[in-house]
Amino acid sequence: MSQPGIPASGGASTGLQAQNGAASASGSPYTNGPVQNALMSSQVSVSQGYNSQLPGSYPHLIPAKTLNPVSGQSNSGGSQTVSPLSNYQRPGQAPYGPPVASHPGTPSLRSGPSPQMPLPTSQNPAATPMPSGSFLPGASVPSPSNWQYNYLSQTNHCPRASSQPTMTGNTNLMSPQYVSSGDSSLQNNFIKSGSALPLANPPLPTTFQPGAPLGPPPTGGPPPVRALAPQKLTPRTVPQPSFNSTSNQEGFWSYKFNGSMFTLFLATSQPTNKNPTMSRSVGYSYPSLPPGYQNTTPPSTTGTGIPLSSLNYPSGPQAFTQTPLGANHLTASMSGLSLHPEGLRVINLLQERNMLPSTPLQPPVPNLHEDIQKLNCNPELFRCTLTSIPQTQALLNKAKLPLGLLLHPFKDLVQLPVVTSSTIVRCRSCRTYINPFVSFLDQRRWKCNLCYRVNDVPEEFMYNPLTRVYGEPHRRPEVQNATIEFMAPSEYMLRPPQPPVYLFVFDVSHNAIETGYLNSVCQSLLDNLDLLPGNTRTKIGFITFDSTIHFYSLQEGLSQPQMLIVSDIEDVFIPMPENLLVNLNESKELVQDLLKTLPQMFTKTLETQSALGPALQAAFKLMSPTGGRMSVFQTQLPTLGVGALKPREEPNQRSSAKEIHLTPSTDFYKKLALDCSGQQVAVDLFLLSGQYSDLASLGCISRYSAGSVYYYPSYHHQHNPVQVQKLQKELQRYLTRKIGFEAVMRIRCTKGLSIHTFHGNFFVRSTDLLSLPNVNPDAGYAVQMSVEESLTDTQLVSFQSALLYTSSKGERRIRVHTLCLPVVSTLNEVFLGADVQAISGLLANMAVDRSVTASLSDARDALVNAVIDSLSAYRSSALSNQQSGLMVPFSLRLFPLFVLALLKQKSFQTGTNARLDERIFAMCQVKNQPLVYLMLTTHPSLYRVDNLSDEGAISINDRTIPQPPILQLSVEKLSRDGAFLMDAGSVLMLWVGRNCGQNFLSQVLGVENYALIPQTMTDLPELDTPESARTIAFISWLREQRPFYPILYVIRDESPMKANFLQNMVEDRTESALSYYEFLLHIQQQVNK
Amino acid sequence: MSRTFGAEGRATCLAIIAFDELKTDYKNPIDQRNTLDPVVLPEYLIHASFCVMFLCAAEWLTLGLNMPLLAYHIWRYMSRPVMSGPGLYDPTTIMNADILAYCQKEGWCKLAFYLLALFYCLYGMIYVLVSS
Repeated sequence: MSQPGIPASGGASTGLQAQNGAASASGSPYTNGPVQNALMSSQVSVSQGYNSQLPGSYPHLIPAKTLNPVSGQSNSGGSQTVSPLSNYQRPGQAPYGPPVASHPGTPSLRSGPSPQMPLPTSQNPAATPMPSGSFLPGASVPSPSNWQYNYLSQTNHCPRASSQPTMTGNTNLMSPQYVSSGDSSLQNNFIKSGSALPLANPPLPTTFQPGAPLGPPPTGGPPPVRALAPQKLTPRTVPQPSFNSTSNQEGFWSYKFNGSMFTLFLATSQPTNKNPTMSRSVGYSYPSLPPGYQNTTPPSTTGTGIPLSSLNYPSGPQAFTQTPLGANHLTASMSGLSLHPEGLRVINLLQERNMLPSTPLQPPVPNLHEDIQKLNCNPELFRCTLTSIPQTQALLNKAKLPLGLLLHPFKDLVQLPVVTSSTIVRCRSCRTYINPFVSFLDQRRWKCNLCYRVNDVPEEFMYNPLTRVYGEPHRRPEVQNATIEFMAPSEYMLRPPQPPVYLFVFDVSHNAIETGYLNSVCQSLLDNLDLLPGNTRTKIGFITFDSTIHFYSLQEGLSQPQMLIVSDIEDVFIPMPENLLVNLNESKELVQDLLKTLPQMFTKTLETQSALGPALQAAFKLMSPTGGRMSVFQTQLPTLGVGALKPREEPNQRSSAKEIHLTPSTDFYKKLALDCSGQQVAVDLFLLSGQYSDLASLGCISRYSAGSVYYYPSYHHQHNPVQVQKLQKELQRYLTRKIGFEAVMRIRCTKGLSIHTFHGNFFVRSTDLLSLPNVNPDAGYAVQMSVEESLTDTQLVSFQSALLYTSSKGERRIRVHTLCLPVVSTLNEVFLGADVQAISGLLANMAVDRSVTASLSDARDALVNAVIDSLSAYRSSALSNQQSGLMVPFSLRLFPLFVLALLKQKSFQTGTNARLDERIFAMCQVKNQPLVYLMLTTHPSLYRVDNLSDEGAISINDRTIPQPPILQLSVEKLSRDGAFLMDAGSVLMLWVGRNCGQNFLSQVLGVENYALIPQTMTDLPELDTPESARTIAFISWLREQRPFYPILYVIRDESPMKANFLQNMVEDRTESALSYYEFLLHIQQQVNK
Repeated sequence: MSRTFGAEGRATCLAIIAFDELKTDYKNPIDQRNTLDPVVLPEYLIHASFCVMFLCAAEWLTLGLNMPLLAYHIWRYMSRPVMSGPGLYDPTTIMNADILAYCQKEGWCKLAFYLLALFYCLYGMIYVLVSS
């Protein structure tokens, strides 16, 4: 059994906890989700699917991933195959000419059939609510000759879209329960959310019908035209097609397409232009495709009829350059194609400085066939630095780019299929869970996509609960969803699932009382006591400590909590084994009593010592029988007993990159954390300290026990109200978010690849297994991979992460994510598929390790070298003719900028007076944050907000949300007569210029003049003006996109926060760091050496 | 003399086997640390005492051959991660592919060295016996 089991779940039927907290749209994204009836497969409606979570911000993800296959390239059946072969073979050309020329009438096509209407059932079975309707013979019955069971999904790949009552008890095969949701809501919702992707249904079915002209036969029903309603289009909604027309399919697709062709109808919109104008169709037949998407023939850029600017046309074949200038709407619409020529551009960064897109950067879409791609895992959950995996390690080394995965496995999902089945189908040799990328050799056998072993399909798996059809294993939800959750049977438990156990450990020394944090924390706890994720078995306990350790007996029946003091900190013992951790429901009143009195109990204390180490040992002993979560609040350097630390920081050396103490000074905390990990205890550390507290040593307790660290420098209840608010908000999220107990995560990958190093908070228990005593939805992980054996005989590789955990309801569950990527053999393709955000994120993780093992300056050099090496590799091998300037592939155009931003990030910056603890905290964050937030912290988004207008706004749930363009992080973009909002992930900063318009001051800030803006202002007044409404809508929209609550600071010229604001201007020069342009010059110099 | 080289060899063999087990998933890093850490220091001490004996016996050539390893041992122990007990291996980083590969390579190299040293000593002993 490869899942090292850990306890597991008993009463499975108590009700499914809705998978993700973020369920209700209205609502509290933080809750643990509604309880669902286990029998019914109700699911939160798709409407709030991926995109309600980040409304609008990643609209294209939806299409690209699970929900909607077709985003950009709506397949139109109607537009018949147009000169199928000829267009296609010219990748470069295809996007331009043909579409316009050959389809003058396209607009009408789009407007004709209502875009979001499901086409005839045969095409979109998923759209029809009736299951029975979903299988038209044409589409669903596999014809043996043409259709293989693998890659089935043509119709139903969006299974949740068809609302299917789960049937239970029909036959014994019925056990799998499948959660699905109504698809109509799905469609509506897309529209509502303004995602501009009304394509709820997988349109592609036609392409795969056996028999030749797939091109949607006219008779086959109205073409699935996925047109975008023009008015819904906004800059953020440029659909990103999941498929590039020039893909390298022959290997694994051609057999299906022999002699057949289909037409793509592309309708995309461009950001600036409200009318989706470009549409085109490309007909092609697969067998004759040129391999890969690199242009092996010089792309023809002529015939577009559109002015192209003449900047940089390298004559080399691969260097396909097209500047956006003058062809704005064309390129914008092209960007909808994942293989857009845009992607082939070579950019001279020295000439084109403004590469930052004005909308959030979208991850690249792997160059996979759209049918695979639409099943692929959402990039927010699972992302690879190279969306095209190099065939050999030699090729990877040549590219000088890091290969790795970035995971956010336990992210709050609104929509997640949950399968309850007595047998979970897994590969017999490598234990991979069955996933959408396996191939079915015939009905009874499937071939593992990781180890290639042929396995039998169990009898039970033959029945599809979704369609109630027997003999369609390839339509099962497991094979239709890259992200799925299984209810684990008892084989996955080593012990009965543990109850949720929460232990709070408070520092109550004099210093702690001074800060007054106990009030906030106890109040938050009181407020959220009922919202703690758990069930009737939930246990809670409290320990406080100064130089002694205080336990609280909360035995049912006591009139008030009883305090027990243990002063022997050399040999800590638990004064009474029971009643210290009590059932929350039974002793709720005592707990509330305690929380109310606790803040007052120590007000007179004069004890300044802190015995953190012994207190942790005591807490560990208390929790070790069950496991659970320990939340430790500490306000100073521990000074007593084991684990006592000494101040190591030397303030006058803060700015130098040498000789700073990033390594722990003792291994006590690490060893204790490993013991905790073994007993399924996770420790979360809240450090609220004014002085140096040696986070480098203390942080180990959380790092190796899979906890998280929170740091509030200079916390004080009166002097620092901003930190107080931050603590409250974060505690609110912390206490109520979903939690998984006694978890393990295993990451598997296709034979030939191997895992090199893990990054994040956990303990690595074996080569591919992470031990996570607790898993929380805000934790991200990174994995470095290496290519051990050549992948020449395979075209696809897959990665699968399986997270086995006990939910707070006491169920054992397995959440599986599978990512599938193509293998490529040339360097150019590797560069083309590079995901610059993921690369920067992985490099940041590697740099943290480097700073700890070597030194900070080493890590900084390594970051710079990463850019130089990869760009020189690109220059020497992928660019055929040498040009001056700094040539970068389009995919890496932001690489230097992001690396520069990393160098200026708190973790790696030099020359500033960053406190050591803050730096280490920033490093902890790099390791523990999911990529999205890491990138926002590193390279914040800057918006001008004093002139928000409804132009280009998106609307979500009847709210209009303006979408100002993202500006470059340079002071030159600021102006004194404007107001600018910087979104740095965990904080929002609103900088108001001195000469800011009176209008903004009075209508949004609600003050008469500039001087009246308060020194610390963290809220915008809700005024009854359109300007105020817009600003507030925008800010709350930004906040809704993340699970925590970023605080807004209003900053004026004299504010102390102004330095923080300006520090994030990464493109500018500072005393000790280069400006972006200087950095580029430096790189160019190195690259051209 | 050959016996003690055997002991060192055994410690190294143990290290090789243990790392291999670790790599193939049979063991978890904490058990691994518990198996290996107790033998690290004895191995180093035995080797050091041999060097001292070579020194006393004025075996300059043999001493010269062993000095690099002695220096390596000292460096290795000085640069070990922060830990309270004796030992060398940190269970939290040992699964890192680079470190694992390094430790394995180190094991094989040392085993080879000890084997050669064993034969060298046997040769020396027999040579002395024969010539006397």
